[in-house]
Amino acid sequence: MTRPILEARGLHVAFNGVKAADGVSISIHDGEFLAIIGPNGSGKTTLLNICTGYIRPGSGSVLLDGHDITHLSPRAIARRGVARAFQIPQLFSAQRVIDNMMLALAAKDGLWNAIRPLDTGARRAEAKALLDLIGLADDTDRISSTLPEGHRKLLDIAVALALKPRLLLLDEPTSGVSALERFPLMEALMSALRQRQITALFVEHDMDVVARYASRVLVWNAGNIMAEGRPDQVFSNAQVRERVIGVA
Amino acid sequence: MSNAIIPLLLDSLASAALIFFAAVGLTLVFSVLRVLNVAHGSLYSIGGYVAASLCLFIASRQLNPYLSFAALLFSAVFVAAIFGPLIERSLVRWTYGKSEAVQILITFGLFLMLEDLQRMIFGVQSFYEDAPMRLLGTLTIGGVVYLNYQILLIGMALLVVISLRLLVNHTRLGRLITAVVTDREMAQSIGIDTNRIFILAFSLGVFLAALGGALATPTSGIAPGLGADTMVLAFAVAAIGGLGQIEGAAVASLIVGVARVLAIYLVPSLDAVAPYAAMLVVLLIRPYGLFGSMTARRI
Amino acid sequence: MRTIVAASAVLILAVLPVAAPWLQFVLTLAIAKGFAALGVAVLLRAGLISIGHAMFFAASAYGVAFLARAGINDLGLLLILSVLAAALLGAIAGLFLVRYRAIFFAMLNLAVSMVFYALCAKLYSVTGGTDGMTVPVPAVFGVVLGEPTFKSVLFYISLALMLLVGLAIQRYLNSPLGHALAAVHSNEIRLEYLGIPVWAVLLVAYVVSAALAGLGGAIAGFAIGRVVPDFAFWTASGHLVLIAVLGGIGGVPGAFIGALFLELLHSVAVTVTDAWNLIVGLTLIVVIMFLPQGFYGLFSRKEASSL
Ligand SMILES: Nc1ncnc2c1ncn2[C@@H]1O[C@H](COP(=O)(O)OP(=O)(O)O)[C@@H](O)[C@H]1O
Ligand SMILES: [Mg+2]
Repeated sequence: MTRPILEARGLHVAFNGVKAADGVSISIHDGEFLAIIGPNGSGKTTLLNICTGYIRPGSGSVLLDGHDITHLSPRAIARRGVARAFQIPQLFSAQRVIDNMMLALAAKDGLWNAIRPLDTGARRAEAKALLDLIGLADDTDRISSTLPEGHRKLLDIAVALALKPRLLLLDEPTSGVSALERFPLMEALMSALRQRQITALFVEHDMDVVARYASRVLVWNAGNIMAEGRPDQVFSNAQVRERVIGVA
Repeated sequence: MSNAIIPLLLDSLASAALIFFAAVGLTLVFSVLRVLNVAHGSLYSIGGYVAASLCLFIASRQLNPYLSFAALLFSAVFVAAIFGPLIERSLVRWTYGKSEAVQILITFGLFLMLEDLQRMIFGVQSFYEDAPMRLLGTLTIGGVVYLNYQILLIGMALLVVISLRLLVNHTRLGRLITAVVTDREMAQSIGIDTNRIFILAFSLGVFLAALGGALATPTSGIAPGLGADTMVLAFAVAAIGGLGQIEGAAVASLIVGVARVLAIYLVPSLDAVAPYAAMLVVLLIRPYGLFGSMTARRI
Repeated sequence: MRTIVAASAVLILAVLPVAAPWLQFVLTLAIAKGFAALGVAVLLRAGLISIGHAMFFAASAYGVAFLARAGINDLGLLLILSVLAAALLGAIAGLFLVRYRAIFFAMLNLAVSMVFYALCAKLYSVTGGTDGMTVPVPAVFGVVLGEPTFKSVLFYISLALMLLVGLAIQRYLNSPLGHALAAVHSNEIRLEYLGIPVWAVLLVAYVVSAALAGLGGAIAGFAIGRVVPDFAFWTASGHLVLIAVLGGIGGVPGAFIGALFLELLHSVAVTVTDAWNLIVGLTLIVVIMFLPQGFYGLFSRKEASSL
């Protein structure tokens, strides 16, 4: 097998004695769409925080393309092609939707230009295209704090896509998104990932979404991985059905 | 050597004690209300003006000079009783839950107003009445003369630290305050009257600042511009200690006092800059002060 | 439409001193303070309030006085060098200050400016203490002018600079860097996750704002003919904050309109009362309390912080 894009080795982290990661090792390979499922509070978001340098693990390390990135900042990790969409959308809430997108596009190249405007025709077109893809075509000029929760979520994902990452980390992309919009969102996301050859890891609660789209599933419980495999394998595991999915 | 340095140290610690009163009030208000009152220094100088006026009145009527001690304390209580509730209710309360930028602008506006009001009421000459200091006399140990008043100041600063700690840890009010500091919403939901706590805490902060100003009149006097200087010094001390930390402010006052002594020995012309130099050094090493921390936002 | 309004406003400004010569000094000073307030307003975009920006205003005016004493006598050169000096001072102070936000940023700016003020007032042998230093009349493009002529020339040069620099700042604020600056106030975490170095964005803004304050200070120094420590006093910084807040809604022109309004008000107010800072403070509070929400996003709360 090829070398993983992202690899976490023996991560430990505890908050006030509560273990959010207890010796976890995971790896994700080129072209995968890896789902992480598990109960609330089991440490999934914490894993993403560690992998993006937002918090430091108590012990263990994170490797990107085999290079240790455990102690890099979120900024440095983002610069290496890892983008993240958040469980709670992290937007420039006072700015318009289109400006959120164009700033993300400019972050990749052209931030240090203080002469040309942010709003160039080409950049706007690119931003519009992504917004169309993700289903926000009608919200372009709205101030992003006025968007409904589900659309804020979509914008957060679109912003992450605008960074043209190699690896995309999605924290519950469909939570807050209405059931009607959920599958269109996933279809759009999948086509964007395929088209741009982005590898992705996503934390998800909707088992239908996981079953349909994930290429591999990690089942997380109390800071540890309790099962791993293809969706059909994992979902037939009795322990998983009982503890995580909640059906006996 | 020690004959020279000990009076100097006492002198520095006495002036650090005065700043401490302002700083601990600032830090206390910040930890309870989560508002840094930029006008806090003005309350120090107002306390000073009121005390100086009273002491001068006592002297001019040739009343019992020991009354001036009562006058110092009374001024602080008076200023706290008037300005504490007034400012908290009219301006500070309006800023709760608003962004820090708004809180800064509102209290800064108040600062500008109070400084001008003092100039209009008390004029531009400085006030100085040293009866309390003369009354206490001096102490001679090993041929070195000490001002008892300065020893009193340091003692009072210690007393304030201990009282505040006792108040916070061992009284009902202290427990209520702690509850509000720890989790404001939670405190509200279990029926604590947070508005009352805010008024009390703010007024206590004003009292401490005004007390500092009142106690300063017999030694250094009160002059225009003192409010601004005090504000910045008090912030420097609070920042060195860590905003919101009572004992931090005490330790920081010690540091500032010692820094001043060092400056007088090493670069006498720059002794006024010493507290800022100390602040710069501390903040470069620990950006939120010795005992302070900035918790990262959870995402 | 906007260009027409702007052009006619500038034209009116240009002819006003012909009709009322006493206005020339007031207007020159208003433009000078407008530059400095624009500097404060640039930082305000990021939600950062500097209550010490008069320091850069004063530093540059002192810079002019020192350079003139050292024999440099050309207006253009003096302006450029003094603005560079202010920018350099801004870079040094900024390296330390841009780590901080909100109250720490505001108070540390105040502290730094008060140290600067104290040094200017105390170091008598260098700065002339509270007497200050004279700013002599320089040559303009090699032409030596009498004082009245110079003051007129200074006014028109300031007016031209207001247009040029104002446009440049407008461009900066519309550029990716300017948008990133505004985004600092909205969400620093997202900025970091976009790979944007927040400290560098802020440092650029800080240097720009110091340079703007410096440009204003140099012009004020020339207009007044003297620089004193009071240029750096915190009340002067307070005026700049008020102007920036007043003009906030109007963007770049807002700073100059606010400055003009306040200078005119000042020249009227001083004839009836000396409680100028009382007026400034009260206005600041009233503006903040009664201004509609949403102004610069200053009122907008940060993103929700929970899991
Ligand atoms: N910054 C933090 N400080 C303290 N506790 C935290 C922090 N982040 C997460 N936790 C705790 O760690 C545990 C795991 O949280 P999280 O990773 O958000 O779980 P999940 O995303 O799986 O729901 C929870 O008990 C949570 O309360
Ligand atoms: Mg989570």
